[in-house]
Amino acid sequence: MIDEEFNLTPNQLDALREIGNVGAGNSATALSQIINKKIDMNVPKVSLIPIEEVPDLVGGPDAIIVAIFLRVYGKAPGNILFLMPKKNAFFLVDDLMGRPHGTTQSLDEMDESALKEIGNILTGSYLNSFFHFTNISMIPSIPSIAIDMAGAILNVVLVQLGQMGDHAMVIETKFLAEDDSVNGHFFLVPDPGALSTLVKAVGVE
Amino acid sequence: MADLIKVGMADYKVGRSPSTLISYGLGSCIGVSLYDPIKKVGGLLHIMLPDSTQARRSDNPAKFADTGIPLMINDVVALGATKARLVAKIAGGAQMFAFSNATDIMKVGTRNAETCKQVLRRNGIKVIAEDTGGTYGRTVSIDLSNGSYKVKTIDRGEKNI
Repeated sequence: MIDEEFNLTPNQLDALREIGNVGAGNSATALSQIINKKIDMNVPKVSLIPIEEVPDLVGGPDAIIVAIFLRVYGKAPGNILFLMPKKNAFFLVDDLMGRPHGTTQSLDEMDESALKEIGNILTGSYLNSFFHFTNISMIPSIPSIAIDMAGAILNVVLVQLGQMGDHAMVIETKFLAEDDSVNGHFFLVPDPGALSTLVKAVGVE
Repeated sequence: MADLIKVGMADYKVGRSPSTLISYGLGSCIGVSLYDPIKKVGGLLHIMLPDSTQARRSDNPAKFADTGIPLMINDVVALGATKARLVAKIAGGAQMFAFSNATDIMKVGTRNAETCKQVLRRNGIKVIAEDTGGTYGRTVSIDLSNGSYKVKTIDRGEKNI
């Protein structure tokens, strides 16, 4: 059984995709300016998936990833995750620190802080778009970072959704730079209930 | 050739020697293993949440400790295990992201571990080994030929409990 609140019309899905698209565009531009490289992104996917299949989106539950996590507060609460394979995250740190690719072998406090700041900037630019279209302000927490198995990291958000139902609605964008310094998945996972708040605010039937 | 049987999130599998049951990437989730050392049958359950009565709705009892554990006990017994001989080992229950103002939901790992132990105790099953807590993910597997429970991490190596 699929929970009723996920019964979105094609127009509503389109609206969410478009808001996500504008938000991701803002984020990609911001990121591109910071590291001075061209960043490509795909059109966001808005998808409803069984909770146990979410880890497969990022290479399976035992893939090692770097994750930046922010909680979103406000009328439409949720979680934001920026997930990168370890190798690409280390390249990104090298770029941010002005070192040649391959220098970073593990993350020190400074490196983690730099990545968290990237999470902040991406999230800020992204949520701006939601505010613009819905007039609902979504306030992010400070970022938190982890390097671990994808399954373990995704647990954090899936547990919250799992309390409510068996499916997760994710708005997902992929960012890619030509030289592999950026290869990340940006997820907005609205809390149960938040999605209908957003869709209502857009006013699309 | 021994089988390697995968157990997904919010799922459980039972089997017999020489199979190995494995579950990848547990964070705040818990991998609960049961084993009958004489019959060499056992099971592995990957729960996400402690208590089904606090959930709004779900069709999947294997997601929760309170409903998943009794289900697995039944299936292991149906495979030939004697309930009184079953022993349990548990691992997982981490807190993956450190927040200064961690909400209850962030600490779900601890509650998961406590509830698993309670439910097992209520069913008369002894927990003989445990590797819970911390801030890191685990991959767990139980070798049904000897009941050895392997816990693998990324930076902290692997161990048998």
